[in-house]
Amino acid sequence: MSAPVDQAKNAEMFLSDTAHEARLDKLLWAMRLRRDAAARQVPEWEELRTLASEIKEHTLSNLSQYLLQFEAKASANGVIVHWARDAHEHNQIVYDLLAEQGTDILVKSKSMLTEECELRPFLERRGIRVTETDLGERIQQLDDQPPAHIVGPAIHKTNHDVAVLFSQKYGSDANNEDTAYLAGVMRENTRPDFLHAPAGMTGANFVVAETGAIVVATNEGNADLSANTPQLHICSVGIEKIIPTTESLAVFIRLLARSATGDAITQYTSMFRGPRKGAAMHVILVDNGRSERLGMQRFWHSLKCIRCAACMNTCPVYRRSGGLSYGATYMGPIGIIMMPTFEIRKYSELPFASTLNGSCTNVCPVKIDIHEQIYGWREVMEENDQIQVVKKEAMRVADKVLSHPTLYQLATATLSTALEVLPHFAIYNRLNAWGKHREVPQATTETFHQWYRTHRPKTNEVER
Amino acid sequence: MSSTQVLSRNAILDSVRANQPAARSMPTIPHFHTNQPADLLATFSQSIARMAGVVVTDHVRDLDSFLRTKFPDAKIICSAILEYAGTIKPASLNHWSEASTIDVCILRSPMGVAETGSLLLSDLELQVNTIAFLAHDLVVLLDPKQIVENIHDAYQHPYFKLRPYSVLMTGPSGSGDIGGIVVHPAQAAKTLTVLLAPAPEAGRRTG
Repeated sequence: MSAPVDQAKNAEMFLSDTAHEARLDKLLWAMRLRRDAAARQVPEWEELRTLASEIKEHTLSNLSQYLLQFEAKASANGVIVHWARDAHEHNQIVYDLLAEQGTDILVKSKSMLTEECELRPFLERRGIRVTETDLGERIQQLDDQPPAHIVGPAIHKTNHDVAVLFSQKYGSDANNEDTAYLAGVMRENTRPDFLHAPAGMTGANFVVAETGAIVVATNEGNADLSANTPQLHICSVGIEKIIPTTESLAVFIRLLARSATGDAITQYTSMFRGPRKGAAMHVILVDNGRSERLGMQRFWHSLKCIRCAACMNTCPVYRRSGGLSYGATYMGPIGIIMMPTFEIRKYSELPFASTLNGSCTNVCPVKIDIHEQIYGWREVMEENDQIQVVKKEAMRVADKVLSHPTLYQLATATLSTALEVLPHFAIYNRLNAWGKHREVPQATTETFHQWYRTHRPKTNEVER
Repeated sequence: MSSTQVLSRNAILDSVRANQPAARSMPTIPHFHTNQPADLLATFSQSIARMAGVVVTDHVRDLDSFLRTKFPDAKIICSAILEYAGTIKPASLNHWSEASTIDVCILRSPMGVAETGSLLLSDLELQVNTIAFLAHDLVVLLDPKQIVENIHDAYQHPYFKLRPYSVLMTGPSGSGDIGGIVVHPAQAAKTLTVLLAPAPEAGRRTG
């Protein structure tokens, strides 16, 4: 059993580098503002969010039927459909397909599902070289790091970081930090793999039951290259990605890019319904805990997620701690409510990496009640005895103080004096998580109750 | 399907059936058309410009001359349209990876989308799907009469239910993965130019 990921401790490392922290915060907030501007351009934006939520809830509540419909349609289109109960089954299917073809190079576009399944190390251990073809994902691969953000995997890195990394790995100019130059280095070095790899892999943003189609949205064109250039196209998709019809796809396409980056659409929104002549297309439908989550009354709504990352861009904790601090495939607010379903103990601390401000819920294009679920997970951690002793004790004390008015008034009245006279070590210690990176604010000399007793109107004043 | 696969399939379906919540109804999806007459071409042009695509509004009488002027260094021009020969046709490519030798690729799209500035392309127009991604520069012909208002209209196009491959292409490839600033190109086409040209007469197909 894994030890709990200490998000706060991991965040400390990120916070210690103030330049990176400030930059990430600014960058992500700019994305949030672009999302707001894009949403304002669409008069029916809120109606689209409601529709998207309702379509997803309808689909998930009829999921078995839609899975069968997709399987039948895709098979009729010439696609070979596989089913994987868990990550290992998924990885084995992919490996068997590659081994059967004698493939030793795989080009793949970004897929959070393959990250979740840890496919890359699985294949590499078996002698298959994997080239991530999304720029951000490739940067993370070269730096031996997992993605730090769902949409921009290397968003926490500066141009300088990438220039140094590319110079070490590709021999490019370490002093040239121009973004276009760095994107060009990636293009030059990835193109040969596109042309020579016998197999390509993509994820899927949506799967259309009605037509047996998979839909992939990218800006770089790397998914289209990965799927179209080699003879073998493998697509991995979580079972929750199904939507009923092409008509319903329109709702999600209008929401996805606007929520993610503020653009009306991605550069390429591609639909694959079947293999070209002489080629093969395989779709692997992956469960890996999803069907179990579907049965969690409080948490199944998280399966509506379309992976836009709007909740991360708006989250004050994510923006200031970076995606790697979550130690998880899915990070930020959506990660907090998804990861404990994979391994409750390992991710037991994540629900506390939130201010519960509700901003994530407000921007979610499919109306997942994210902050309510985060609170719900805190309760689950408490019920399952997964809360650290210090946090638990602090909450026990708070519960006692807040439920007894006299105790509360005594505590607030003595706070100011206590902060003045107590030595530094008594205020800043492991029991005070707030004071780890911050100065405790100076308390006022007078509590509200004291002020009110002095200033409240006399009874006869009120009557008059 | 192997016996393991049958087991996995049944286990997943059983688990989904056991866990899926009570059925919720499917909503009716409106088309969200604006009630005012819209200048679809102007909206399309503005939308694609935001994605770094360029619409040439002047009528291009001589396609060859236009291409030679715009891409003076182009050696291989792949034409997937009937009205222009180019130096090669998609059918002449033996392997789909050979499309990487193309300097300029000329295509016709059967539909533009005003809301997003997207162009519809499918395996029918492309013949070799990779020509739209491995070629350096793309020139796409579009009949202004074939621009629809929004994405809801776009997904009514029969291609999405018929063609093995279709794409809504919106500008040249780009990436904002470094520093959050979008640069062009990324992995695929470097530029995308749209020429306005009426569709060929009925009965004549592109390609």
